[in-house]
Amino acid sequence: MHDNIALKIENISKKYVISHASGKASYRTLREFVKELAFFWKIKKDKKEDFLALNDINLEINKGDRVAIIGRNGAGKSTLLKLLSRITEPTRGKIAISGRVASLLEVGTGFHPELTGKENIYLNGAVLGMTKKEIESKFDEIVNFSGVEKFLDTPLKRYSSGMQTRLGFAIAANLESEILIVDEVLAVGDIEFQKKCLGKMDEISKTKGRTILFVSHNILAVQNLCNKGIVLDKGEVIYSGNVEDAVKYYTDLNSNGNFNLITKDKNLDFVDFICPTALHSKSNWDFQFKINSQKHYQDCYINFVISNANNLKIIHYSGQKDKFRDIKQGLNTLTFSVGDVHLNDSKLSLTLQILDKNLNEIFHADNFSLPSVLDLEKYTNHLAVCDNKISLQLDYS
Amino acid sequence: MKSYNENKVVIEAGTKELHYWRDIWSFRELFFFLTWRDIKVRYKQAVLGAFWAVLQPLLTMIIFTVIFSRVAKLETEGAAPYAIMVYCALLPWRLFSDALASSSESLLVNRNMISKIYFPRIIIPLSAIMTKLVEFFISFAVLIALMVYYKFLPSQNIIFLPLFLILCLIISSAVGLGISAMNVQFRDFKYIVPFAIQMGLYISPVGFKSSIVPEKWRFLYSLNPMVGVIDGFRWCILGGTGNFYVPGLVISISMTIITFMISYKIFRSTEKTFADKI
Repeated sequence: MHDNIALKIENISKKYVISHASGKASYRTLREFVKELAFFWKIKKDKKEDFLALNDINLEINKGDRVAIIGRNGAGKSTLLKLLSRITEPTRGKIAISGRVASLLEVGTGFHPELTGKENIYLNGAVLGMTKKEIESKFDEIVNFSGVEKFLDTPLKRYSSGMQTRLGFAIAANLESEILIVDEVLAVGDIEFQKKCLGKMDEISKTKGRTILFVSHNILAVQNLCNKGIVLDKGEVIYSGNVEDAVKYYTDLNSNGNFNLITKDKNLDFVDFICPTALHSKSNWDFQFKINSQKHYQDCYINFVISNANNLKIIHYSGQKDKFRDIKQGLNTLTFSVGDVHLNDSKLSLTLQILDKNLNEIFHADNFSLPSVLDLEKYTNHLAVCDNKISLQLDYS
Repeated sequence: MKSYNENKVVIEAGTKELHYWRDIWSFRELFFFLTWRDIKVRYKQAVLGAFWAVLQPLLTMIIFTVIFSRVAKLETEGAAPYAIMVYCALLPWRLFSDALASSSESLLVNRNMISKIYFPRIIIPLSAIMTKLVEFFISFAVLIALMVYYKFLPSQNIIFLPLFLILCLIISSAVGLGISAMNVQFRDFKYIVPFAIQMGLYISPVGFKSSIVPEKWRFLYSLNPMVGVIDGFRWCILGGTGNFYVPGLVISISMTIITFMISYKIFRSTEKTFADKI
């Protein structure tokens, strides 16, 4: 292995077997096993399906690189991290790692609620592979970073979840390792703390020359922290290069503008749909539809719905409440501005419906695919945005 | 790789790691921390935990003494009170059965750690066994109290007791490792464990002395490795020659080694897929 390479992945595949008979469960029962042994000539072979979570991955990561691994859910990101951190074994291929690996697939692994903060620092440190001496020498730094000084002798169960996350990250960040693997662990915790963590990771990699592998859906964080990017899709590396291009590649992948046209008056022509390249929760979104009309329609109802993967309406603009709008002859540009959205769904779809004054549907299209929503608020309930936070502007030309 | 330095790791499909024991060594502190965690959590409500460790063997001792000595009219060993003879056997037996119960479910209890972080998995069941030493020492203190009560002076063989304690721990690990791995593979395996422990109590010489087993069956009887340990404990504490059946001990030790090797093999061959199955 070349001296400058921290990680070399050759032809790595990971196969999971999905058995249709036993459903989702990955383990078996002895009862089934004995039954199969006893009636082996009778039992039909379960329909088993191989699922390749990773398919022939080849990567080389240089020392000191800060690599973002991005991709949709189920693309194989977590599987890759699990292989690199030796939690599970690859089905095929070889990985060569040079340096100690600290992997943070979860913050605070091994924390016990009955033990105090101090005791948990030692325990979690040991779980991460630190020696007692190491933990002792880093103890003050860990406590300072986490900001839980006052609660060191309080059982962990009395900590807020934010405090637990802070403590967990503080321990992991102080682990002396050449390679740091971080999964989406910063999703919890407030923005202030997320910034602090990213700052710490930045510092670690820049001043100490450590290699960082970072999985996140937070595109901003990825762009700030990383210099390289890898895009995974369906278990394959589809892009590997610098981070800006990787992010671009990834967002393009998600917004290819397909939609499903259900009804269309012959006088209307759909021209274009423009949506933000990245949807961030808690920010403003503008969606623009361009429709060309041969005819003037007076007093139309315009409905605009954003629903989640379960077809629940989460954002709804209804024309009936607003004043009626006209669709004029020529190019109509409908701009919907949605403000301050709080979401915990990442997959959204859009529906646009236009009815004329007699309530005949003149336009109906749905399934506009949108990029996944980033910075989800994991623990909030659905908060639908009411009509007064969503506005429609109609421009004619 | 030609030169193998400490920090280089090669992960390859299907190969056994050569440095498994080195990994265990580098994670030795985790082993102590996990043991310490389990003990600490268990004795957080100290009074109840310790009280239970005292009460359980005492009650079993009273029941066994009544049944085997008063009802079945079995003889005791030499001059020792029947209660003490039973208690001497209960010490290693309870260590074994507690260790087995806790190690067999240890991997499932710690599944969160297993699916999120790497360390040699063998640490978990082994540390679960070590935590049961606390109960053993509490029970041992009760034995001392019993000896004072019965004005019974232990034999000088007692200096060999640590050796039999170690043998008992090795047997517990030998059985516990295999069962903990099976528990991950087959999720209903856990229903067998309490039943097997219950059976074991009756086929092991806990309530009676093993010399009442007819001589021609004694060899076969010793295939149960706990027979050697229990006899050893009695020999150490009660003294006398009747307890010490040398061929039996040899068989016990060989059975332990064989079981350990099989168990270790099962554990190691399934270990890498724990995270996928757990």
